[in-house]
Amino acid sequence: MSMNRRDFLKTAAVGSGTLLASAMTPASASMSKELPPEAVGILYDATLCIGCKSCMVNCKTYNSVPGGALHLQGRAIAYEEKPGEAFWDSATDLSSKTVNVIKVNKSGTAVNKDSPENGYSFIKQHCLHCITPACASVCPVGALTKNPVSGVVQYDGKKCFGCRYCMIACPFNIPRYEYERAIPQVRKCQLCQHRYEEGKYSACCEFCPTGASIFGKVVDLRKEAAKRLTLKPGDEYDFPVQTVGSKEKSRRPVSKYINHVYGLKEAGGTQYLLLAGVPFEWLGFNKNIKDTFLPDLTWAYIAKIPAVIAGVLLVGTATWAITKNRNKGKEE
Amino acid sequence: MKQKDIKLFTPTTVVLLLIMAAGGLAALYRVFFGLGASTQLNDTWPWGLWISFDVLGGVALAAGGFVIGGTVYILNWKKYEPIVRPAILNAFFGYALAATSITLDIGVPWRIWHPLVMWQVNSIMFIVAIHVVLYTTTLATESSPLIFEKLNMRKAFNFVEKIMPGIALFGVLLSLLHQSSLGAVFLIAPEKVSPLWYSSRLPYLFLVSAVVLALSMVSFETILSSRVFKHKPPMDILLGLARGSLIVSGLYLVLKLWDLITGPGIGLAVNGSLTSNMYLLEMIIGIILPFILLSMNKVRTQLNGIFSVNILVIIGTVLNRMNVGIISMAEYNGKMGHDYFPSWMEFLVTMAMIAFAILGFKISVKYLNVLKLEH
Repeated sequence: MSMNRRDFLKTAAVGSGTLLASAMTPASASMSKELPPEAVGILYDATLCIGCKSCMVNCKTYNSVPGGALHLQGRAIAYEEKPGEAFWDSATDLSSKTVNVIKVNKSGTAVNKDSPENGYSFIKQHCLHCITPACASVCPVGALTKNPVSGVVQYDGKKCFGCRYCMIACPFNIPRYEYERAIPQVRKCQLCQHRYEEGKYSACCEFCPTGASIFGKVVDLRKEAAKRLTLKPGDEYDFPVQTVGSKEKSRRPVSKYINHVYGLKEAGGTQYLLLAGVPFEWLGFNKNIKDTFLPDLTWAYIAKIPAVIAGVLLVGTATWAITKNRNKGKEE
Repeated sequence: MKQKDIKLFTPTTVVLLLIMAAGGLAALYRVFFGLGASTQLNDTWPWGLWISFDVLGGVALAAGGFVIGGTVYILNWKKYEPIVRPAILNAFFGYALAATSITLDIGVPWRIWHPLVMWQVNSIMFIVAIHVVLYTTTLATESSPLIFEKLNMRKAFNFVEKIMPGIALFGVLLSLLHQSSLGAVFLIAPEKVSPLWYSSRLPYLFLVSAVVLALSMVSFETILSSRVFKHKPPMDILLGLARGSLIVSGLYLVLKLWDLITGPGIGLAVNGSLTSNMYLLEMIIGIILPFILLSMNKVRTQLNGIFSVNILVIIGTVLNRMNVGIISMAEYNGKMGHDYFPSWMEFLVTMAMIAFAILGFKISVKYLNVLKLEH
């Protein structure tokens, strides 16, 4: 067996070409960390939520149409799935049939609404639409993408091949999988993107009677959230209903807030913002979620690949050339 | 033993075939009825036995291919030439196991090719997918002389043998990236993976432990096949592998301890929880015990000693991959309210994969010139 240097280099070059091409993609491939200026989102104020679950029902109804996050050809609205039978879908957690859920968290005697002591608080759980979403960064086929205009983290079921890496990556445990189906998809809130395109907005906000969930541009929602934190508990305030700029207001006394707008900084910031009267840890949010961009963690590895390829080929070739003759005396 | 004396239809073979048939049926059931019907995977536990054992473990067990390939073809260390063919063939079966399992594990198996056309370079999973395809192809090319030799295709044989160093270097490159990228997969979940395993050095730890495992796995196979096929074990090779094992496992031990001390601290490793006990088990079986045993001259130079250490390292490193894939997230997932224990169908498919690798290797030894036995 013999091989000259040119042959060797040729083989190495041809074989590595494909890999180099993929690895040499410019650094711009890493994810954007800026909120799109027109990005939309939701502000949820737990102190206004009465737990009526109107948002859950309407989420299912308006997402079971083509384009909706729960749509499936031939399937009725998820809570009407068993026709003819009395079927009460009372979802207690997110699932492949529930992409928005109202939960209640209690402590002690649970008599005081929105109080950390002997209190209770509602919480509305769905996709937070991260500014730099971990799920989209880990998706090997680009089935999850961030809409460059609305900022919605959207999902393409035709691309998805079901590795479920998004479920590992999501710090908020949002994506759910249709394990029960033979051709499954990931299910998650897509902020009623299909309705937004028709000039409407998220169903959960449209059908929220108290203004606990309001839809709007993220920049406006941030202002509204900041403003509410400056209000004096007990004072009356005109809370907008449905959308942040809505003319319809609900006048009621301000509750005591925890001085924290959830989603402003968490995981680098999200388009779903939350206010509550109790600590967010208490409402099920993982306290280990840092204010950093998660995709940076994996990008740190990927960014090194071109250098590794070049280094290994160089050092490997040199080593081969140097050691090539070490067995000369011993061979036949 | 001569090749023609190898009996194919032994009771073991029959058992292996039965396991493969049962596993094949389970795999078909999974394809037609879905993951929910066949596995215990759920929304809290999206990854289970197939990812942790078959993919993470299978790929690690296949590391011998690039380690020995690199030693023989790049370092030109011809002493190890006799074991390069079995090592590469074993790697091929390891990757076949990983590739088959990941195909069954993804929700829509017939879309397995999607990453190859829908590139998404931010994703470690994309990097992993590209590597599996390229490296399995590389391993097939590296093993192809076996077939060309059998079919008496001299020209093709000579060609592949001639470009082998280039292919081997490509294989080393892909493996370095692939072994480490499997660790890098978990970098995205710092808030879920226990700090006992989570570390920004995870890719390096995966790579170094794969090399430790590679040396032990190749040594294990060499001893095992010398017993099964009744030929004299090549002591100088085994001693060399054991020496290499001592050095690399020493490095791995230092890395792991450094990681523990600079990370969560020793306290977390000895708090008596399931997580910390599994960590200790992996450390003792896979690293500390082998390192101590190998540093004893009496053990390192004796066949039974080497063989025992090999078994410890294999179990310990596979345990490490299972820990990273499953146990590391148990504490976090426990709070979410779901348990995970593999279903019997998951076990069956995994067992069938192992049976396939064993039987495939045996058939290869009988019909191809893997071990360079007499005909």
